Amino acid sequence: MTLHGHVPPEPDLVQLLTPEGVRVDHPDFPLEITDDEIKSLYRDLALVRRFDGEATALQRQGELGLWASCLGQEAAQVGAGRALRSQDMAFPTYREHGVAWCRDVDPVTLLGMFRGVSLGGWNPNENNFNLYTIVLGAQTLHAVGYAMGVARDGAVGTGEPERDTAVLTFFGDGASSQGDVNEAFIWAAAANLPVVFYCQNNQWAISEPVERQSRVPLFQRASGFGFPGIRIDGNDVLACLAVSRVALDEARSGQGPTLIEAFTYRMGAHTTSDDPTRYRLSEELETWKHRDPIERVRAYLIREAGVAQEFFDGIEAESEELAIRIRQACRALEDPSPLSVFDQVYVEITDELAEQRSDYADYLASFEGAGR
Amino acid sequence: MAQLSYREAVSRGIAQEMARDERVMLIGEDIGGAGGVFKTTAGLFEQFGRTRVVDTPISEQAILGAAMGAAMTGLRPIAEIMFSDFFAVCWDIVVNEIAKMRYMTNGQVKMPLVIKSGNGGSLRMGAQHSQSIENWAMAVPGLKVVTPSTPLDVVGLMAAAVRSDDPVLFFEHKGLYASKGEVPDGEIVDELGKAAIRRPGKDATVLALGLMVGRALGAAEELAREGIDVEVIDVRSLVPLDTQTLLTSISRTGRLFTVEENPRLLGWGAEIASIAADECFWDLDMPIRRITTPHIPLPSADSLEDAVLPSVDRIVQDVRKGVSL
Ligand SMILES: Cc1ncc(C[n+]2csc(CCOP(=O)(O)OP(=O)(O)O)c2C)c(N)n1
Repeated sequence: MTLHGHVPPEPDLVQLLTPEGVRVDHPDFPLEITDDEIKSLYRDLALVRRFDGEATALQRQGELGLWASCLGQEAAQVGAGRALRSQDMAFPTYREHGVAWCRDVDPVTLLGMFRGVSLGGWNPNENNFNLYTIVLGAQTLHAVGYAMGVARDGAVGTGEPERDTAVLTFFGDGASSQGDVNEAFIWAAAANLPVVFYCQNNQWAISEPVERQSRVPLFQRASGFGFPGIRIDGNDVLACLAVSRVALDEARSGQGPTLIEAFTYRMGAHTTSDDPTRYRLSEELETWKHRDPIERVRAYLIREAGVAQEFFDGIEAESEELAIRIRQACRALEDPSPLSVFDQVYVEITDELAEQRSDYADYLASFEGAGR
Repeated sequence: MAQLSYREAVSRGIAQEMARDERVMLIGEDIGGAGGVFKTTAGLFEQFGRTRVVDTPISEQAILGAAMGAAMTGLRPIAEIMFSDFFAVCWDIVVNEIAKMRYMTNGQVKMPLVIKSGNGGSLRMGAQHSQSIENWAMAVPGLKVVTPSTPLDVVGLMAAAVRSDDPVLFFEHKGLYASKGEVPDGEIVDELGKAAIRRPGKDATVLALGLMVGRALGAAEELAREGIDVEVIDVRSLVPLDTQTLLTSISRTGRLFTVEENPRLLGWGAEIASIAADECFWDLDMPIRRITTPHIPLPSADSLEDAVLPSVDRIVQDVRKGVSL
């Protein structure tokens, strides 16, 4: 045989709920879950989609500067988000609105960033949800350092459910090519740190298909770094939940990192400034619509769990309320005062900067009463 | 003669050089079929094909590291770093490798590559997607640094950059992409290291770069109505720097103002101020004034960003105050 003649087999994809809404078992990832819990996941998915859609609409109406929609990736995000315990820490990209939702970060706070009234501004330690990271890949290394801190605090492998802590970091198929991500793999593996690397392979990095980043399925990279990698159906919230739980448990108990590749699809544009029709075929989107992450849960609840229409009507009404609330709250977000731009540059403002601030205050004052 | 937008001028300039010299190739993220996230490479993939217009993996280190290696084989790569803020993730390759290769090989290896990048603010993109980083690049021996402000200059300076055997950092101002200007037909080749006097005047010299050139001209117009006659110079090239044009003007007007988009400390204007203080101190009628963004990360709210970037109003006020001294 030749070295380049070997063709690896198509990878396994962990799935617990088919696109048609049928529950299937996976020998390695059994999931004990009640129909009520599945209803609760459905609620998450539906509300995240509604909030995300509302944000896209707000951008179109000029209320936001930009929006990076998570349309199509709700299951990948909610599954992972709901697997977290409160003490765990999450390091998102800029698209993890579904994880933010699970961490109880108010959607309006996220909108503030995309409206430009803040540069993020929330306290990462309040909900254990870091700021959105928009320079690709950096957050994976932050997760490694955070995990090192967790280990130093002795919060790994104690067996106490409230104490043991894992770190979950997100990145995309595009970002998987960044040095940072690979460096994070190396360190997390070498130091056996409690990090779960969660790659949402949504098939596209703006206009570049995933083939531009890799000749092998992304999850397979993990083995070269010395930790397990697994591909899951990223549009199946149950698979995402089950596998994330196991990976996070193993991290908390001191077994080290995992790479999860959630195989999904970016159903919308990269951001509201992007036009995907320039580089991808609409048939592809049509194919993925049949694998919609929310429809399959709905189908399951109706057909297999016998959930009545009132439940869905209730969620619909709640979505509507949420949309109204965030629309109003978004419009009411006020620009910060001009002089606030000098705050928080340093712990204590330097003399040099204080002088610039006072010059600047004089300059602003010069307009007062000048009819402007 | 055609009206071209600044963004169209970028691809026109690249196309001119790619058609002329088949060693020129273009690499970067989303630059191929998609034509670049700022559409500055539209049409090039169709015209020159996949071996010369190459979408790379999403890694800036990969882009610049490979551009350097490609340049060593005699290719003349144009590499795109989508937002200049991301130079920070591949700065090693720029500073330690590309900038020093010629020097460390005693001139035996040339680095004929261009790194083009979307630079600057005004588009509400916040602290990590709006920075003006010409001064980072200027600080590194071995790099040439240009920032065109008009479509015509984009084409001509791109050609000059591609034909230079030194590595050139080519900063496109994101806030100018939609602006338009006349560009003659036929080959256009400019020269690195030449400033352009955009408006002659006798009372004060105002130096500006990129987006700030238009604002300086706007201020000059307002000041002219008050009888203050301002000379506006588009610096265009920071390395090499056209000190002769700059110093001649400063000595003649006796007043120097720089308009810089970068945060205040160590902006390019500080270097020019120091040269002016050295070379024409006795011709100055007032202290040198630098008009800059304060030393802060850029906010993204419209009102805040507008308030902190040097504006026409701010330039008018500062020059008026200076001239009345
Ligand atoms: C270091 C860096 N390089 C480039 C970019 C520009 N950029 C923003 S998103 C993106 C594509 C990322 O794709 P992927 O990682 O697959 O995530 P997705 O956006 O699909 O969720 C690029 C190239 C950036 N923000 N940071």
